[in-house]
Amino acid sequence: MTAKRRGAQLAMLAFAVVVVMCAYAGVGLGIDGQIPAGMLTYGLGLGALMLAAYLVLAKWAPWADPLLLPLVTLVNGIGLVMIYRIEQAGQPGASATTQLMWTALGVVMFSATLIVLKDHRALQRLTYTAGFAGLALLLLPLLPFVGKEINGARIWVGIGPFSIQPSEFAKITLVVFFAGYLVAKRDVLALAGRRLLFIDLPRARDLGPVLITWAVSLGVLVMQKDLGSSLLLFGAFIAMLYIATQRTSWVLIGALLFVGGAVLAGQIFSHVELRFNIWLHADDPALFEGSSFQLMQGLFAIGSGGILGTGLGQGHPNPIPLSFSDFIFTATGEELGLTGLMALLMVYALIVERGLRTSLAARDPFSKLLAGGLSFILAWQVFIIVGGVTRLIPLTGLVTPFMSAGGSALLANWMLIALLVRMSDAARKPPPQAIQDEGLTQVMQR
Amino acid sequence: MNSPLKRVAVACFLMFGLLMANVTYLGAVKAEDLRTDSRNVRSFYARYSVDRGWITSDNGKVVLAKSVDTGDTKFRFDRKYPEGKAFAHVVGYFAPESSSGIEGAEGRYLDGSHPDLVVRRAIDLISGKPHKGANVDLTLNAKAQKVAYKDLANTGKRGAVVALDPKTGAVLTMVSVPSYDPNPLAVANKDSVNKAYNKLDADKTNKPLLNRAIGLTYAPGSTFKTVTSAAFLMDDRSRDVNTMVNAPDALPLPGTNISLPNYHGESCGGRATLLAAYTISCNTPFADVAMEMGYDKLKEQAEKFGVGTPLSIPLSVTKSDIGKDDGKAALAMTAIGQRDNQMTPLQMAMVAAGIANRGTVMKPYLVNKITGPDGGEIDTTSPEEMSEAVTPEVAAQLTTMMINVVRNGTGRAAALPNTTVAGKTGTAETAPGKPSHAWFISFAPAEDPKVAVAVFVESGSAGNDATGGAIAAPIAHDVMQAVLGQ
Repeated sequence: MTAKRRGAQLAMLAFAVVVVMCAYAGVGLGIDGQIPAGMLTYGLGLGALMLAAYLVLAKWAPWADPLLLPLVTLVNGIGLVMIYRIEQAGQPGASATTQLMWTALGVVMFSATLIVLKDHRALQRLTYTAGFAGLALLLLPLLPFVGKEINGARIWVGIGPFSIQPSEFAKITLVVFFAGYLVAKRDVLALAGRRLLFIDLPRARDLGPVLITWAVSLGVLVMQKDLGSSLLLFGAFIAMLYIATQRTSWVLIGALLFVGGAVLAGQIFSHVELRFNIWLHADDPALFEGSSFQLMQGLFAIGSGGILGTGLGQGHPNPIPLSFSDFIFTATGEELGLTGLMALLMVYALIVERGLRTSLAARDPFSKLLAGGLSFILAWQVFIIVGGVTRLIPLTGLVTPFMSAGGSALLANWMLIALLVRMSDAARKPPPQAIQDEGLTQVMQR
Repeated sequence: MNSPLKRVAVACFLMFGLLMANVTYLGAVKAEDLRTDSRNVRSFYARYSVDRGWITSDNGKVVLAKSVDTGDTKFRFDRKYPEGKAFAHVVGYFAPESSSGIEGAEGRYLDGSHPDLVVRRAIDLISGKPHKGANVDLTLNAKAQKVAYKDLANTGKRGAVVALDPKTGAVLTMVSVPSYDPNPLAVANKDSVNKAYNKLDADKTNKPLLNRAIGLTYAPGSTFKTVTSAAFLMDDRSRDVNTMVNAPDALPLPGTNISLPNYHGESCGGRATLLAAYTISCNTPFADVAMEMGYDKLKEQAEKFGVGTPLSIPLSVTKSDIGKDDGKAALAMTAIGQRDNQMTPLQMAMVAAGIANRGTVMKPYLVNKITGPDGGEIDTTSPEEMSEAVTPEVAAQLTTMMINVVRNGTGRAAALPNTTVAGKTGTAETAPGKPSHAWFISFAPAEDPKVAVAVFVESGSAGNDATGGAIAAPIAHDVMQAVLGQ
C-alpha cells in the first residue's frame, strides 16, 4: 500500500519556498548589497499561496504524488525571481508583480481544477467537446478585432488590457481530445495494413485523423506563423498515437509528414527558411547584424555565466532580447551558470518523470493516455524552447513552462499539473478493500 | 499500454539528456569563446562591474586612482584620477579596451583576477557581493612628485625626473612632462576615449603619452663621466681622486682628422687631477682614459650599473645602451656620454643611487605593497640587490668628486643648506646646430643618502643654451628638498 507522504510533501514545499526566498535575497544582495525591501511581503505571499495549494491538495487529492507541487513551486519561484531581477535591470516589459499575480491566479486555477474535477474520467465524456474547444481556441487569434499580432506571430487574443495566448489552453484540451479519441479508436488504428520492408503500414482509411491533425498543425504554422505551437501539437499527437497503438509506423509516418511539411513551408515561407538559416549559421556576421543577434545574445549569456554563473543580480540580462520570456533560460544561465541550468533541467525532468509514473500506475487506458500525453507535452515543450535558445534545434517561439513571463501559459500549466495531480491521486489511492467477513466471496478472492 | 509508455519515457529522458549535454557544451566547453567574443558586450561591461582596487602612494595617504560606484547597471564603477597629470605616466589609465601604467601592469591585482586573490573571489561569489579588487600602494613620494612636475611643466619644459631611495631602490618620483589628463581616457565610452587618445597621440612634438623617464633613451652627456670615472678607478685600485690625467685643450681622435675640444673650448690646463677634471667637466681627460682602457671595460662598468639589464618595475623599462664597439674615436665620444650612448633617466638615477649606496645598485621598484579590499596585506615588495657596481672605496672616491661638483663646480645650483649634496651635470649635444639636452644626477645627504635623483630636460624646451647646471640642477635641488622634508 502506498503512503500518502503528506508530511514529506509539506517539508519539500517549504524547502522550495525557502530556496526561492534565498534567491530573491540574492538578487538584492547582488545588485546593491541589500536584501530587497519587499522580501517579507513577497515571501509570505508565495508561502501563503503554496500553503493554500497544499491544503486544497491535501483535502481533495490526498493520495496525490507528493513531489509534483514542490517541484512546480520551485520552477515557478525561480522564474519569478528571474523576472524580478530582469525588471530591476530595467528591461521594459518585465514585471514581477504581474507575474506574481498570475502565479496566484495559477494556484486558483490549480485548486479549482482539483475541487471541481473529482474524477478525471469525466473528461472522457467530453472528448469531442474538448476537440472543438481546442480548435476554436487555436483559430481565435485569426478572428478580426480580437486577434492580435505580437512579435510577428498571430497567436494572441486581446481582451481589454490583457493579451491571452489561447494556444496554451488549446494544448490541454487537445491532449484531452487525443486521449479520448485514441482510447476509442485504438483497436482500429492498431490494425495492420500492408507490410512494407520491416514496417507494418496502417490501413489507408485509418490515416484520416493523422492527416487532419497534420493539416491543422500546418495551418497554425502558416496562418499564425507559430512554428513552436505547430511542432508542439503535432509531436504530442504522434507520441500519444504511439502510446495508444504501440505501432512505430505511426511515428515514422508522423515524422515524415511533419518534416515534409516543414521543408515545404521552408520553401514557401521566408520566415521558416530564415529560422533554419539562423540555426545553421548563427555565427555568420551577415546574419548576426539582423536575425541571429537574438540567438547569439542568449548563447553569449550562457557562455559568460560559465560553470558557476555570475551570481544572481550580477549578470547582464539587458543585451538579451526578451530575456524575461522566450530567452529566460539563457538569462538564468548567465547568473546561475551551468550548475543552475542543470538543476533546472533536472527539476523539469523530475516533473515529467512523476507524470509518466502516474501514467504507468493509472488503472484505465484513458488515464494512461491522458497522463502520458500531458507529461510528454511538458517534456516536449521544454525540449523545443530550451533546445531552441541553446541552438540544439532551430529556434521557435514557445513559453518556457512556469518560468517565462505570461499569464496564459502559467494558468494553463498549473491546470496541466492539477490534472496530473488528480490522476496520481486516483492511481495511488488504494483500491476499495473487499469486505473480509463475507465468507463466500472470500473464496473467490483466493 | 505500459511498454510504449516506457519507450516514450526513454525518449523524454533522451531529450533531457540532449539538452543537458548541449548546455554543458555551451557552459563549459565553449564558454570561454562565447565570453570573450568581441560581439559580447559583457566583456566590455565586465571591466566596469569590478570594484577595482585603488592606487595610492605615501602608505595609502594619497589617492591616485579610485573607483566610484555610480549605481549604473551597465557601467557600474567609474575610474577617477584625483591627482591627474603629475602622476599620469606611472598610474596610467584604465580605458575600455586597454590599460597602461600601473593600471595595466598590476591589472590582475586591481581587478581581483590574480591567483593570490582566489579565496577572496570565492567568498565574494558565495556572499553575492560585487567583486572587489586589491589596492596597490606605490613607493612614490607625492610631495616630491608634484614638485618635480611643477618645476618642469610650469616652465614649459619637456623632460623627466626620477628619484630613487638609494638604499632600497624604491622609486620616489617618476615624472614625465608634457603629461596628459588620464580621466578622459578612462570613461566607459569607446568613441570618446578613442577620440581623446588619438588627439594625444597626434601631438608628435610633445608626445604627451610617452613616459620619458623609462620609455625612451637619450644621450646622457657629461653625467656619464661618472660611469667612465668609476671604470677608471676600478681598473687600477691605486688610483684615486688625485690621480693625474691628461687634459689637453683638444684631443685628436684616432682615425679621423678632427679633434675633441672641451665644452665651449675651455682649457683644463694640459694635466689635471681626476677630481678637477670631473668638477669642471673637462671632456678630453675622460675621452683619453676611456681610449686607454678600451671599450670592454667601459661597457662592463656600465652593465654593472644596470645598463642593458631588462627591467620591469613593474612598468617595462626601455634598455639603455652605450653603443657598439666602433673604434677608438667612437669610444672617446661614448666616454663623455655622446654618440650612440643612450640612457633612460631611470638608468642615470640608478648610477647616482648605486654610488650613494656604497657601490651597490638596488633593483628599482614602484609598488610598495598590495593590500586586500579589507586592508589585509597580500604582498610587500622587499628590496633586492641588483649588482655591485663599484667597491665601497671607489664609491667613496666618486662621492667626493660629486660633492665637489656641487660645492665648487658646475652643479652649484643643486646645493642645499646644511646638507651635503653630491651631483654631476650633463649637457648633451643632440645634433649640429640643435640645442642640447640638460642633465643632472645627484644624491643627498652625501654621508647618509636618502634620495638619488636624475633630471633630464629635453633639447629645445629650455632655450638654446640650456646646460645641466643652469636648467636641470635647480629641479634636482627642489626634488631632493621635497624628499628630505626641508
